[in-house]
Amino acid sequence: MGVDIRVENLNAWYGTTQSLWDINLNIPANKATALIGPSGCGKSTFVRCLNRMHETNPIARAEGVVRMGDIDIYKDASPVEIRRRIGMVFQRPNPFPTMSIYDNVASGLKLNGFRKKRVLDEVVEKSLKSAALWEEVKDSLHKKSGASLSGGQQQRLCIARALAVDPEVLLMDEPASALDPVSTAKIEDLIFKLKSQYTIVIVTHNMQQAARVAENTGFFLTGKLVEFAPTTKIFTNPSDKRTEDYITGRFG
Amino acid sequence: MNPLLVRSENTERMLNLRRKISNHLVTALAVVATLVVLVPLIAILGYLLYKGFSSLNLAFFTKPPAPVGEEGGGMANAIVGSGVILALASAMGIPLGIGAGVYLAEYGRGTWLATAIRFTADVLNGVPSIVMGIAAYSLIVAKQHHFSGFAGGVALAIMMVPTITRTTEEMLGTVPQMVREAALGLGIPKWRTVISISLRTASPGIITGCMLAFARVAGETAPLLFTALGNQFFGVNLNQPMAALPLQIFAYAVSPYDEWHRLAWAGALVLIVMIMVSVTLVRIFTARGALKGGQH
Repeated sequence: MGVDIRVENLNAWYGTTQSLWDINLNIPANKATALIGPSGCGKSTFVRCLNRMHETNPIARAEGVVRMGDIDIYKDASPVEIRRRIGMVFQRPNPFPTMSIYDNVASGLKLNGFRKKRVLDEVVEKSLKSAALWEEVKDSLHKKSGASLSGGQQQRLCIARALAVDPEVLLMDEPASALDPVSTAKIEDLIFKLKSQYTIVIVTHNMQQAARVAENTGFFLTGKLVEFAPTTKIFTNPSDKRTEDYITGRFG
Repeated sequence: MNPLLVRSENTERMLNLRRKISNHLVTALAVVATLVVLVPLIAILGYLLYKGFSSLNLAFFTKPPAPVGEEGGGMANAIVGSGVILALASAMGIPLGIGAGVYLAEYGRGTWLATAIRFTADVLNGVPSIVMGIAAYSLIVAKQHHFSGFAGGVALAIMMVPTITRTTEEMLGTVPQMVREAALGLGIPKWRTVISISLRTASPGIITGCMLAFARVAGETAPLLFTALGNQFFGVNLNQPMAALPLQIFAYAVSPYDEWHRLAWAGALVLIVMIMVSVTLVRIFTARGALKGGQH
């Protein structure tokens, strides 16, 4: 089941450049939350702070409180533990090039020391089914490399791989921006299905996409959260002038 | 069409002709360059086969050298000695080299220590091999007061490390950052990501680097002169002076006896074949289980 995320006074830096300023935001459980905003506005940095990927960059730093359910992810747990519970799908599909489809999906478990083949088989099948990829790859699980799939299939493989470690939250950083419209539609359908089980945060440049999949939408601008509200309100009746300018295409 | 880009038919024809000529010219140059590289290589290998093959017999692989003045004998001791010394050098040099490369690429990025190691490796790469021999001599042989196969292995290991370190670093550098992020994002610890993702993705290049280093030191004579010394008798005791093919070839080639010259040719042929076989075996072994498809 999904779990909610509460962010209090989150600030983030790359070197001496501050890229997030005092973000306060509550992301409800089992809903899809979209983050929109022009390039460089900090939305990717923000999601990377939610699973502590931000700090893998040696010059990056974050301050503030991020709670997932009852735990403070910066105080009560290691980054490795947090990333197991908060999965991530990246902008460009990034399957492990040397691994088969099966091993890609099983990697999160296998490389954490999990070896029971029967259970792995089950998890791989279930995850690929959840990611709507099973029918397309079930006959070549061990024969084909993850990198031999098409871009859209690779991205669904990456979603399956993230689901296999059984996270509670799924962060998606522009998951469809490198894909064609058909693959994009498949990913969106998937988000729709997945949110009954996971809390989903999706960064997107595509406002129609936000409107289609997300209950709530946050608008970021120059490292600040300008507005956070139900998606319908953001797109029909935004409270902030800057949000209105952005969604009506007057800048950005 | 932009009127400034319009050219007369004549100019157009001339340009086409020029393009065709330069195309053929560049192709021809590339072919010539390849031939210039290949011809000496094939000539050396052919001459080696011609000179060495006739002296190869069972005794060459099973008997140690015959005493001076006696016919026959072989290089069994040197073949085994080379195998032992190279195995020892690889066992020490490959893990050290890869370890240092992993540090440079995955942990030390931008630190002064990494810069220092990288610089040292590049300098060591250019140091003449005889200097490595003297270094191993003063570190081990002078301390122990005797020559040994062990000292030879150390000398060759020191020679292998910088090449392997730098190739490992370069190859890890070609692994896309997003592949590492995928692993970290799954909650896989960093050390595991380095071993199972970065190193595994870069492994074809790293293996090539190790094979290059291996092939290079397999033929080294100078570092062994001061360390393994050579031995006329059969032995695998690392604490004793040990025979090695390059040493034996050197000793026989500068001798005044025709019989020994023939053995030296045969030894050179065996050395080359040993290197080719081991490199090929490693390639076959590591290519097994590789998956079809994908960018790699």
